[in-house]
Amino acid sequence: MLNTPPALEFKSSTFFAPILILYTHDMVAIEQTLQEKINLAPEFFRDSPLIIDLRELNKLNQDLDFVQITQLLRRIGFFPVGIRGGNEQQNKQARTLSIPIDTVREQGNSITIGEAQKQEAAPEVTAAAKESISPIAAPPQAPVAATLVTQPIRSGQRIYASGDLIILSQVSAGAEIMAEGNIHVYNTLRGRALAGVHGNTAARIFCFDLQAELISIAGDYKTSEDLNKQTYKNPVQIYLQNHALIIKEIA
Amino acid sequence: MARIIVVTSGKGGVGKTTTSAAIAMGLAKAGHKTAVIDFDVGLRNLDLILGCERRVVYDFINVINGEASLNQALIRDKNCNLLYILPASQTRDKDALTEEGVGRVLDELSKDFEYIVCDSPAGIEKGANLALYFADDAFVVTNPEVSSVRDSDRMLGILSSKSRRAERNEDPIKEYLLLTRYDADRVKSGEMLSLEDVQEILSLELLGIIPESKSVLSASNAGIPVILDEKSEAGQAYADVVARYLGEKRPHRFIDGKHGFLRRLFGGRK
Ligand SMILES: Nc1ncnc2c1ncn2[C@@H]1O[C@H](COP(=O)(O)OP(=O)(O)O)[C@@H](O)[C@H]1O
Ligand SMILES: [Mg+2]
Repeated sequence: MLNTPPALEFKSSTFFAPILILYTHDMVAIEQTLQEKINLAPEFFRDSPLIIDLRELNKLNQDLDFVQITQLLRRIGFFPVGIRGGNEQQNKQARTLSIPIDTVREQGNSITIGEAQKQEAAPEVTAAAKESISPIAAPPQAPVAATLVTQPIRSGQRIYASGDLIILSQVSAGAEIMAEGNIHVYNTLRGRALAGVHGNTAARIFCFDLQAELISIAGDYKTSEDLNKQTYKNPVQIYLQNHALIIKEIA
Repeated sequence: MARIIVVTSGKGGVGKTTTSAAIAMGLAKAGHKTAVIDFDVGLRNLDLILGCERRVVYDFINVINGEASLNQALIRDKNCNLLYILPASQTRDKDALTEEGVGRVLDELSKDFEYIVCDSPAGIEKGANLALYFADDAFVVTNPEVSSVRDSDRMLGILSSKSRRAERNEDPIKEYLLLTRYDADRVKSGEMLSLEDVQEILSLELLGIIPESKSVLSASNAGIPVILDEKSEAGQAYADVVARYLGEKRPHRFIDGKHGFLRRLFGGRK
């Protein structure tokens, strides 16, 4: 029998989606706060997938109609793609809406809304990355914390930070690091580094030893072939000037 | 509780099975009850290198499927009574390896053994992933050439993210570099990467350099792990590896070929 090519193939991969943590079931408050966020960073939020996290809300015993919140989110331009921490009723509603129930622990980036006691008027934007806490870079006003990585990043691994990304170890060829903010690599950078991935043209890449396969800021990129010999294997900073990537040695 | 060691590489033909047999024998010779498991379903050859192929009745998959007990399937080595081999199946489908089943067998072995050595198949598919999933220590077998180094780097990424330790947020798997099939002359002539070149990319703790040696082939033809050939350089290098793994300090040799040792100590993270 001849081998026919397979019709499909499964591969494991990671899909990045912000997590929306709700602290109130007040639909008006939710919509207002979300609208403020969207106004801050319309590009970032447009058509964004979203995971709805109801753990905090359910801790406060505030019931929320999952169908209603889904409709609200869709109306203002989000794509709810998951629910976590829902109660039985909410999970059931999610299932009827074909929204997957996520049981994975902390991962991805979160948007916090209605942070219970602290700040009701201007809730903070926070993120829960695996190794640290990093607010989403809602440019340019929001304060930005950084994601710190101390482990080497090996070929085939990907790191995504919603703020700045600081890496203390090497980044191997075949690895990919991405940040909405700046990228700092205090070691050798051999893989691909993409800063300002949501269009922040002010983002920069700093590294101790530039041997990258690709560098990009806000979509403008250079591959290793375009990197000139002078800066190769040197400490550099990389930034955008009139849509041109400038690579400058750090003296 | 046993310590679980995975011998892994990504790339095939680099010396994983040779290494698994050698270190398992070395650990057993040092007085530690050791089991070595062949995860290469379909390409059974650990039993050949250990010279017990004619005594294989049941295999790893039989045990996973409950068709044989562990005691029925384990083969005691003819040279060392503290060493046991769990052979791979040659006929079964790879899909017979399941995380649940492998975990069950390792749990049972853990009660009775001090070390469990898992000989990983090549690639980054299921068999290789299961071989490393439960590991405490990883021996990353690398040849001094670009493609092997790159595959090892890829494997290191998987070790640090797809293992049980990573999933449970426990201490990471301890990773060691084993540079094998190292030919000092070809390194000198620039045909092969040097230790420095490899370490620049991998920066791992170096457990040993195994020189390219004819004695490896004759040992495997004879069905006797090369570590028992005390006259051969490869055998001595593997003996060093086991001693270092067990905590002994020994200078690295065979870096510069026939003439003398180089006492530079490599290896980063302590
Ligand atoms: N140090 C060495 N010197 C010479 N030949 C070796 C050495 N290590 C392994 N080999 C040979 O390389 C081939 C592949 O080795 P093997 O251990 O089966 O690799 P793997 O399990 O990684 O596929 C075998 O023919 C083996 O004899
Ligand atoms: Mg093998």
